[in-house]
Amino acid sequence: MTSTDAPPDAATLADRVEQFLAEHDPETSEPAEFLRARFAAGLAWVHYPAGLGGLGAANGLQTAVDAAFAEAGAPENRPRLNVIGLGMAAPTILRFGTDAQHQRWLPSLWTGEDIWCQLFSEPGAGSDLAGLATSAVRDGDDWVVNGQKVWTSMAHHARWGILVARTDPQAPKHRGLSYFVVDMHAPGVEVRGLRQITGEAEFNEVFLTDVRIPDDQRLGEVGQGWAVAQYTLMNERVAIGGGTVPRESGAVGPLATRWREHPEAHTPGLHDRMLRLWVQTEAARLTAERLGQQQAAGQPGPEGSGVKITYARLNQECSSLELELRGEDGLRYPDYSERRPEVEDYASRDAQWRYLRFRANSIEGGTSEILRNVVAERVLGLPAEARADKDVPWKDLPR
Amino acid sequence: MTVTTPETGDLLYSDVEEDLRASVRALVEKQAPWDAVLRRTDTDDSVDTELWARLTREIGVAGLAVPEERGGAGASWREAAVVAEELGRAVAPVPFLGTVVATAVLLGTGEDELLAAVAAGERTAVLAVGATRGAGRPLPVTVERQGAGDLLAGAVTAVVDAVTADVLLVPVEGGIAVVEADGDGVTRTTVESFDMTRRLTDIAFDGAPARVVTGGDTGKALRVGAAILASEQLGLAERCLADTVAYLRERHQFGRQLASYQALKHRLADLWVAITQARATARYAARCAADDTADLPVAAAVAAAHGADVALLAAEEALQLHGGIGFTWEHPAHLFLKRARADALLLGSADHHRSVLADLVDLPA
Repeated sequence: MTSTDAPPDAATLADRVEQFLAEHDPETSEPAEFLRARFAAGLAWVHYPAGLGGLGAANGLQTAVDAAFAEAGAPENRPRLNVIGLGMAAPTILRFGTDAQHQRWLPSLWTGEDIWCQLFSEPGAGSDLAGLATSAVRDGDDWVVNGQKVWTSMAHHARWGILVARTDPQAPKHRGLSYFVVDMHAPGVEVRGLRQITGEAEFNEVFLTDVRIPDDQRLGEVGQGWAVAQYTLMNERVAIGGGTVPRESGAVGPLATRWREHPEAHTPGLHDRMLRLWVQTEAARLTAERLGQQQAAGQPGPEGSGVKITYARLNQECSSLELELRGEDGLRYPDYSERRPEVEDYASRDAQWRYLRFRANSIEGGTSEILRNVVAERVLGLPAEARADKDVPWKDLPR
Repeated sequence: MTVTTPETGDLLYSDVEEDLRASVRALVEKQAPWDAVLRRTDTDDSVDTELWARLTREIGVAGLAVPEERGGAGASWREAAVVAEELGRAVAPVPFLGTVVATAVLLGTGEDELLAAVAAGERTAVLAVGATRGAGRPLPVTVERQGAGDLLAGAVTAVVDAVTADVLLVPVEGGIAVVEADGDGVTRTTVESFDMTRRLTDIAFDGAPARVVTGGDTGKALRVGAAILASEQLGLAERCLADTVAYLRERHQFGRQLASYQALKHRLADLWVAITQARATARYAARCAADDTADLPVAAAVAAAHGADVALLAAEEALQLHGGIGFTWEHPAHLFLKRARADALLLGSADHHRSVLADLVDLPA
């Protein structure tokens, strides 16, 4: 395809997928080869530019392409394991990377050959991410990085990490940051499992000790790191948003199933809680559906900020009630031993595990308190919180 | 049981609906600003008949869901829901909700002359059942047929929108009795009502002449009513939020805007989130009513249960966050509070709707 072609429509894409599948039999192709060929054919993420796995198509056309490949039994690109890479790193690399960086990272990212992780949060910088302390000091063609990152999903699988570090402690905090891609196999990178209240170590701590990052692994300008990170996080929030959701999906599903299968556990008080949660879940489902319709109509609404607050609460309350319905069994726990969980469907886990895991839903990816600030300030136009950290050099802020 | 996900349909507002909204809002703001609504509550003319005449004749709000060939505008319950939002926003004292339910009854009957008159705003009709009766449970028959079956005796208490009604539709054995509200043997007593902007009426029948008709589905009419009421609750909640945001921005204490306190910001954020959900549930219920889908019973129950809670939360938060001024008679907060509190019982309480839902989605007690 040349750059002068019009972007392909749905029918054209369907033809191309068919043609591709005729030339690459999913049954007989080696999976990695198949995925590389799919990337080369522009059928990886069709809204990306030609030459980078796409065909410059409109944004909504990917779903049908993915469905056609899935239907044909095509190999997957490890989408759950590489959720950070596909959802957050890739759009940031595309937006801020050079041509050389695009070619270097995007193909193996999309095929799932390289897993990515995100090195943003620190023990001292959670909601106030811009206060982070990991330092990057220039040394010739390299940057030398020291610090500690936390809550890093997939770090133990990752080949690459997206990293925000402080390159100018003299500047006010938002202006002294830069954004890098770090080789997770480089000397000085140490990944340790972080055991959480479920007993498992789903996340990691990453210790960075004199890690050398070549300057050609910087994304965006020096000092522009906050803007690049904002772009990454915006893509995280896009992932949580509108769309068609089946009725009784999410945490209410196993709760309703348990209710139907165990009439002996019913009491009037529990029944009222069951019904309230069902109604609230249905309301949240319809809200997500309406948000999806707004986005499709080109009127993106601010409702997405509220969707996450709601789902966090519903997950917590549904799993709590489900645990309660189990009675004595609710007092047993499947396994507190420290181990690495497989990435899997939460619905297959016990209510007790989910009750614990869902406590994080109102913390991870923006706490419900921060999201309420976002709604209050950006949607309702209420005054911003008083700030003590504006226009003060980062090094002078109390920590 | 297998849970299926019905097709949701369009949950947004069409351009036509937005135009309709603008027309209703302009008229209501001019004709019935909140201080006029408040003043009216101290009079015996509790219904704004002039506003109702203009709404029905100039905009045609009573005939939206009636087909053109039966004397209506040939729109649907979706458009009626938008009108309900605007009337809820203004706590307008007009018999729209009663007209919605009566129209839904009449649509199932052969009473086309009456239906057309109601649609045109020439007459008003109400379903004479107690205000808290909701869909999904049998209606008690409290009025009996006497003589050859064309005389009524009995009583119905706490009927909505019957103060100015011309015609009463009374559920009786064998159908719906159509009764002239001012006719012989009918005694209407206006109740001193918790919601001063929507007064209730106790009605006694003592040998009142009636014509009994069949085909009117009261359960469905109450369900449509609940769906439309959810939009009224949405409009009311949005008004409460908007007024409260404006007030907290304007008022200063301790040298700061009240709106700058995080404790208050978070409460308003939570209210906004709840309202976005009430909009989605109300739109879905209106859509199911408009297209008469199989999911209407679930959609109406969800919208009514959720809408009641959200409107009440909005009105209670509005009063609290306005502080002392909100507790005074001369401030509109109590108009919204009383409407929201009453609405949460109208056409079935939230608890009623959840209990109906329990049967519909197989979550038994």
